[in-house]
Amino acid sequence: MENPTITMQAWLALVQLHADYAAAVDREDWDAWVDFFTEDCVYKVQPRENHERGFPLATLSLLSRNMLRDRAYGIKETLFHDPYYQRHVVGLPRILKADGEVIEAETNYSVFRTKLGQETTVFNVGRYIDRIRVTPAGLKFASRLCIFDTEMIPNSLIYPI
Amino acid sequence: MGDMPAVFPTNPTWEGDGSSRIPFWAYTDEALYKKELERFFYQGHWCYVGLEAEIPNPGDFKRTVVGERSVIMVRDADGAINVVENVCAHRGMQFCRKRHGNQTEFVCPYHQWNYSLKGDLQGVPFRRGVKQDGKVQGGMPKEFNTGEHGLTKLKVATRGGVVFASFDHGIESLEDFLGPDILHYFDRLFNGRKLTLLGYNRQRIPGNWKLMQENIKDPYHPGLLHTWFITYGLWRADNKSQLVMDAQFRHAAMISTRGNRGAKSEVTAGVTSFKESMEIQDKRLLDIVPEPWWQGPTAVMMTLFPSVIFQQQVNSVSTRHIQPSGTGSFDFVWTHFGFEDDTPEMTERRLIQANLFGPAGFVSADDGEVIEFSQSGFEQKPFHRALAELGGYDCSNTDHMVTETLIRGMYHYWRKVMEV
Repeated sequence: MENPTITMQAWLALVQLHADYAAAVDREDWDAWVDFFTEDCVYKVQPRENHERGFPLATLSLLSRNMLRDRAYGIKETLFHDPYYQRHVVGLPRILKADGEVIEAETNYSVFRTKLGQETTVFNVGRYIDRIRVTPAGLKFASRLCIFDTEMIPNSLIYPI
Repeated sequence: MGDMPAVFPTNPTWEGDGSSRIPFWAYTDEALYKKELERFFYQGHWCYVGLEAEIPNPGDFKRTVVGERSVIMVRDADGAINVVENVCAHRGMQFCRKRHGNQTEFVCPYHQWNYSLKGDLQGVPFRRGVKQDGKVQGGMPKEFNTGEHGLTKLKVATRGGVVFASFDHGIESLEDFLGPDILHYFDRLFNGRKLTLLGYNRQRIPGNWKLMQENIKDPYHPGLLHTWFITYGLWRADNKSQLVMDAQFRHAAMISTRGNRGAKSEVTAGVTSFKESMEIQDKRLLDIVPEPWWQGPTAVMMTLFPSVIFQQQVNSVSTRHIQPSGTGSFDFVWTHFGFEDDTPEMTERRLIQANLFGPAGFVSADDGEVIEFSQSGFEQKPFHRALAELGGYDCSNTDHMVTETLIRGMYHYWRKVMEV
């Protein structure tokens, strides 16, 4: 397979998108998080086991920007949980497909979690499988699947990955 | 000093006859925990191992646990389901490392002892020794009998597509174990239709395993901790409801029928988690379609002691397997499923409603969190006790949710079996 290529400018935009996304979720800016997506987006956090075995169940399965908004509200207003910081370290995107309108890429990520007064632990590790749309407002996720290796979720998963 | 209790009691006893005041040491004491494994998970109880739908074909297997013991649920060539312990008869190796797969036999990689899918030892390499220079060297003793060295076989019971196993071959039937009242609700959910597998969620909760049973035997908290439940009427103290136990109070069904969505009433007054103005943006999250098999109730949560919870909450159905790991931790494995006659729309609906449940669920991520912090509380003052006195001191079925009767029932049974 020939490697799809994108322009340097598109590459920079893509890398910037990943960096901005990580910064938004790490600073708990859920309104900004929602804005990274298209209106009819798909956002899933799914165990690798389900993904590879073809089981549709995802730990989080949000099918529109409105569902993302509902999640943001849940995080802020309805879910009781221990306070924690999260920190994303995101690898370089591996471009799978690019046609000027849509970029498909796969990117490794790790998320560290730090609870008050506790050591930092590896919380969730996996890869993003993204479908990114080029829009007048910049790059937006049409689909972001967070396929995680982490076999056991350490208790609960509150914030988006 | 005088009247101060010792923080770490050396010879803890449960005061009185009741079961409403549960000593914190019941969640922290190592020796008690081992006894719980013996008496609840390894004797006298049917433990959940999986669904038939997970192993549809001959040779299909799934590795899981009963208590802390690794077992394999496998369908043999005859189509029968066997459950065998994942410990080689030779050197005790836990030979099966894959979580699922398809095999014609089990082979321990260490010395290639191999077993049939029923757990019978078939072959032992170099059993008759090795011929060298016309002489037979070594081998197993003449009286070695493969028939005596199979894998540990568990007794198996299946009903409605659900598989249970027990190390105790003298155990009562699954039906007697559940009792008629619980069996009624079991059969309501697993009514003979073939199940389809939607997938798994796995979480590790740093709390004692019993707290998960208690969480689902506790109708006090959902209308308080879980904003979604109270705001959308999914589970509220003013819902029409029923709490039903088996004759020994070990298993329970919490049955509830959804009331007026969002209605403000006496029960929501002063409940800070009730949000009158809360509105979901994407209505599909609560696009509930009543199913005929519900026969009324919109939610039935079944706790089968000790190992499993069966959930029907509106259109989301799942099994939740409790896998204890020491006093202060358990793994919680969710298997979401559907039924073979589900339309694609119903499957999609079940998948979307799954956002309410599991490790990230709108109404169950916080259950894991509160369990963790209860355990922390227990560990810092093991001399103290928890209180489960809502609705009184006794254990009886009720037609309302303003009670902790099911928790008292469980500890009534626990004390009897544990002789504590």
